[in-house]
Amino acid sequence: MLRRGGHGSGQLRRRPAPGPALGPPRLLKSAGFRFALLFAAIFSCAAVALVAVLWWATAGALDRQTDVAIRSDAIALAERWREAGVTGLAEAIEDRLAVDVENEAIYLLTDAEGRRLAGNLDRWPAAAEEPGAWFRTRVLHDGVATEARLHRMELSDLRLLVGRDETERQQLRRLITEGVIWASGAVIVFALVGAWLLREALQRRMRPVFVTITAIAGGDLSSRVVLSGRGDEFDRLAATMNTMLDRIGTLMEGVRGVSDAIAHDLRTPIARARAKLEDALADAGEPASAEGAALRAAVEQGIADLDGITRIFQALLRIAEAEAGARRAAFAPLDLAPVLADAAEIYEAAAEARGQHLVTELPERLEMVGDRDLLLQAVANLLDNAIKFSPSGGTVQLSARATPDGVEVAVTDNGPGLSPEDRAHAGERFFRADKARATPGSGLGLSLVRAVAHLHAGELVLEDAMPGRACPGLRAVLRLPRP
Amino acid sequence: MRILLVEDDAEVARFVKKGLQEAGHTVEHAANGRDGLFLAASEQFDLLVLDRMLPGGVDGVRLVETLRSQGNRTPVLFLSALSAVDERVKGLKAGGDDYLVKPFAFAELLARVEALGRRPSVDAPATKLRVADLELDLLSRTVTRAGKRIDVQPREFRLLEHLMRHAGQVVTRTMLLEKVWDYHFDPQTNVIDVHVSRLRQKLDKGFDRPLIHTVRNAGYMIRAEP
Repeated sequence: MLRRGGHGSGQLRRRPAPGPALGPPRLLKSAGFRFALLFAAIFSCAAVALVAVLWWATAGALDRQTDVAIRSDAIALAERWREAGVTGLAEAIEDRLAVDVENEAIYLLTDAEGRRLAGNLDRWPAAAEEPGAWFRTRVLHDGVATEARLHRMELSDLRLLVGRDETERQQLRRLITEGVIWASGAVIVFALVGAWLLREALQRRMRPVFVTITAIAGGDLSSRVVLSGRGDEFDRLAATMNTMLDRIGTLMEGVRGVSDAIAHDLRTPIARARAKLEDALADAGEPASAEGAALRAAVEQGIADLDGITRIFQALLRIAEAEAGARRAAFAPLDLAPVLADAAEIYEAAAEARGQHLVTELPERLEMVGDRDLLLQAVANLLDNAIKFSPSGGTVQLSARATPDGVEVAVTDNGPGLSPEDRAHAGERFFRADKARATPGSGLGLSLVRAVAHLHAGELVLEDAMPGRACPGLRAVLRLPRP
Repeated sequence: MRILLVEDDAEVARFVKKGLQEAGHTVEHAANGRDGLFLAASEQFDLLVLDRMLPGGVDGVRLVETLRSQGNRTPVLFLSALSAVDERVKGLKAGGDDYLVKPFAFAELLARVEALGRRPSVDAPATKLRVADLELDLLSRTVTRAGKRIDVQPREFRLLEHLMRHAGQVVTRTMLLEKVWDYHFDPQTNVIDVHVSRLRQKLDKGFDRPLIHTVRNAGYMIRAEP
């Protein structure tokens, strides 16, 4: 009747996944890495801005100075031309060339036909034929090709070119460029180192929180985040978290108190009812009539039903205990091999009584850490299921082996098996497959096995023992990882 | 036996008291921990049956701890509505000798009471156990009946040993599971019955007189007389 309890469907989601690894997260997922990247970006932007200002203030200023000098020179020459005509202009140019000891000035004055009237350029540079007044090009100047900044001026039928040799400025610019490149390299290195330090610092500050949360997820509610004492944001976060954990702890205590109270308040009346029925049975003595016998049978059935209720109740409490992780405190190192051998021995007689064979395949030793009674209960539930659903003459196999990850225990039968849909629900509280309706049971056996597996950070896997056959059998594998 | 029952639930107390009296024991009853402690400390009892949770400031665990600290070694059986494993461990650690969870069958309680009250003496460990013509040699680990050797498995040997140490007393299935197999778990089906009936076949085969008897609604008993 109780096909799936109210708790059943939500149960899968609630169960804690096996705890996250304690190592640093993957690089791209790491917030520390992203912060570091942001830091590096901001640092680089600042550096770029600095370099730009530097560039503008040095190389840019030099260019502007040259342009100002050329422009004022050109204006002065034009003034001279208006005052003294072509001859005066040519003289002025020759004068200037004569006093130019650094050999920086460039002049060329031609007439409309392009004949040279004055200046130190042999011919009009091709680049200065383009439209516009300002050019930067290579010119042949005193037999040497040099970079020059040139300004063209049209003076009625004359063409004047005023310029400055930029070789030295170019060298200076190259020096500045080199400096900027080296500085950029340093900026990148500093940004990376800074980013790495930032990430490390973040991770170091987050670690106590992470350790605590992992412990809490593992069922240890007493764990609290250690404060650094600096009173910063991380400490505030940790303190808030600790307050939250205290509150959860109080709530859990309350829940435990409630389940203790339920246990007490339900067990006591059941105990009373059972006592009354037993008492009545003892007082009645042997029944004299058929009615008396029927009454006696009814009372006996009542007692059996109460015992059934108690068993279900007990199983639920055990599942709850295992799911809450309360039993982890009782974990101890143990050798699972003799426990499995005991389970096989206990059930071997029951299998034989049903005409089945129970075969075992167990290693010498299976060291692990866990709860001996609960592990036996889990294996016992699996064996009990296997024996219950295997036909007479069938074989139930209990095998175990050590794997690189831990321990694997498998119970295999050649019964009817479980359909994939049923398999998905098996392990939910009170779920019973349609085929199982006829057999006695509460539908809690696999729930407990699964709860025990989860308590040991492991899992219960159900699969076909012989896939493809009409009667595929069931293979229940309990995987228990090494802690 | 003179038994002190400390139980606050009047109905359960009346039922237990009546049953124990019918089984031939003298029973004193206290309804709270304080009275229970006073009685246990001032009078001589063969056994204490204590509820784990008691009103009046002194619960079962406190009561036992106090008694034990005074050097009182009277065996203690806990009755409890708390079934969690750590509650059981707490009870036994405090000095309890056995722990029975409510609700219980009276037969289970009686069997445990008798097993605790008549514990085999530790001073003179026997090397051989005898019931009628059945003999169990603890040193050579052999079983003979009327001089004829019977082959038993190691676990069957321990099962028989436990039954014979409590010859004439009822031993329940859960007691066998706890004492012979040393596990606390719910075996779902009556797996213990199959083990006992196997052992019974080996022992009684070829003999007129069965030695292992099934006690209806309770458990098993080994005894000479039918």
